[in-house]
Amino acid sequence: MKSQIIMENVSVYYEGKCVLSNVNLEIPEKQLTVIMGPSGCGKTTLLKSLNRMIDLESDVKIDGKIIIDGVNILDRKTDATAIRKKLGYICQTPNPLPMSIYDNLAYGPRIHGTKNKVELNSIVEKCLVAAGLWNEVSHRLKDPASKLSLGQQQRLCIARALTVEPEVLLCDEPTSALDPISAKHIEEQLLALKNDYTTVLVTHTLRQARRLADYVVFIYLGQIVEHGPAKQLFDDPKEPKTRAYIKEGIEYIT
Amino acid sequence: MDKRKLEEAFFKALMIASTLIVIGGLVAVLFVVLFRGLPALNFAMITQLPQGGYLMGGGGGILNAIVGSLYLVGGATPIAFAFGLTVAFYLNEYAAKSRIANLTRRCFDVFWSIPSIIYGAFGFTVMVYFGIRASLLGGIVVLALLELPIMTRAMDEVVKVVPLKIKQASYALGATRFETTFYVVFRQAIPGILTALLLAFGRAIGDAASILFTAGYTQNLPNSIFSPVASLPLAIFYQVASPYPVVQQKAYASAAVLVIIVLMISISSIVVSRRFRKFIIT
Repeated sequence: MKSQIIMENVSVYYEGKCVLSNVNLEIPEKQLTVIMGPSGCGKTTLLKSLNRMIDLESDVKIDGKIIIDGVNILDRKTDATAIRKKLGYICQTPNPLPMSIYDNLAYGPRIHGTKNKVELNSIVEKCLVAAGLWNEVSHRLKDPASKLSLGQQQRLCIARALTVEPEVLLCDEPTSALDPISAKHIEEQLLALKNDYTTVLVTHTLRQARRLADYVVFIYLGQIVEHGPAKQLFDDPKEPKTRAYIKEGIEYIT
Repeated sequence: MDKRKLEEAFFKALMIASTLIVIGGLVAVLFVVLFRGLPALNFAMITQLPQGGYLMGGGGGILNAIVGSLYLVGGATPIAFAFGLTVAFYLNEYAAKSRIANLTRRCFDVFWSIPSIIYGAFGFTVMVYFGIRASLLGGIVVLALLELPIMTRAMDEVVKVVPLKIKQASYALGATRFETTFYVVFRQAIPGILTALLLAFGRAIGDAASILFTAGYTQNLPNSIFSPVASLPLAIFYQVASPYPVVQQKAYASAAVLVIIVLMISISSIVVSRRFRKFIIT
């Protein structure tokens, strides 16, 4: 099993307070890794440090190393825009850009230098197909993205993340703002994509973790309690905390 | 009726009455200007330069003032827009929440409240120092100064409320701060930016005091940016001051022209704004 992302002694502090301490983790390539744990335990922080989105928050300090393709991305010399191109990010709530559906998808390739109209058209179609949205929007690509339903918007965001040809998809509770049917759609898309992209999914829904995960990381109060292949972790957890979480935590533990 | 219902009814009536009074004021101004101005408004008025003895009832029109005002504001608005938008972006995207940003905002608030005659006096002093006469250039620079705080603070407020999640979407695709600001924040803020443009434009085209000494006045069209230029507010001022009723009526016609220009700009900005508004994320 090859590792896509290697985290070594990563700690994150917000306003001097430690929210993630001493994380050592290897995330396997082309598999779906679920990071689970109760709300406020540092899952989102972990995800945001992987593509340096954490830089956008104020008063954050981050220690340790995160190595992707042999490069320590926490090194200040590493270009954050190149990292973010490589690691697509999907938010909790859909966040379309204030543009048409087409422009939402063409935005990424355009800023990275693709100007050719034919090429852009094919990227837009390919990514919308991959996100399972093409049939619903192919006849109205010029419509504002804000006119889509929330579930469609979230699939648009997945499609948009794919347009810049990332290697990794980081998903931060991508179904939490959606109705159950839309959520099911998203899960299906993520399963369909996991063979082509290394996927890291944050969730606090245990059932979702069970449905999707190949590899599971359990975090509690800013520390990794346990991680391992899904089957092993769910069937035979080593740590008492993990066992307790899996047993009680059918839904939300807060 | 109990006390709470009475309270509710009273304040509702008060609000409706206030709104009606405000709208009534606007309608009254428009009515007086158009009622008194339109009869004197004819084709010659807007297509001819004033002939000799115009202010004593001579023939001709106010083409000099119409063209002059459009030159002045047409020159000043893009300058103020370019600086204002850059500052608004800097305050929100580059220096957000910093002490310098807050200080800058307070300074612009003070600039905004300075009466335009002060800008005129300032511009005049500077021009005398450099030996520049009242001219189109002087008027444009002073009007740009007058527009700058309005433009900047109004755009600052709209850029400030662009949701963080939209910017995150852009950054997550590997966009730089410049790309995020100019392609995404700008797109979201367009309707508000148009409103800011309109506010500044309206203040500048109607202002007489700031250009009184700096742009001067002339019966002709300017032939370079160094020649003096006429303007609608000053044309109105001189014509109202005339003792001849015919000329006074032409003052109202000039006022009607000014109002019509402002209305045309407002309506076109609403049309443009609507085209972009449907794309913004709420």
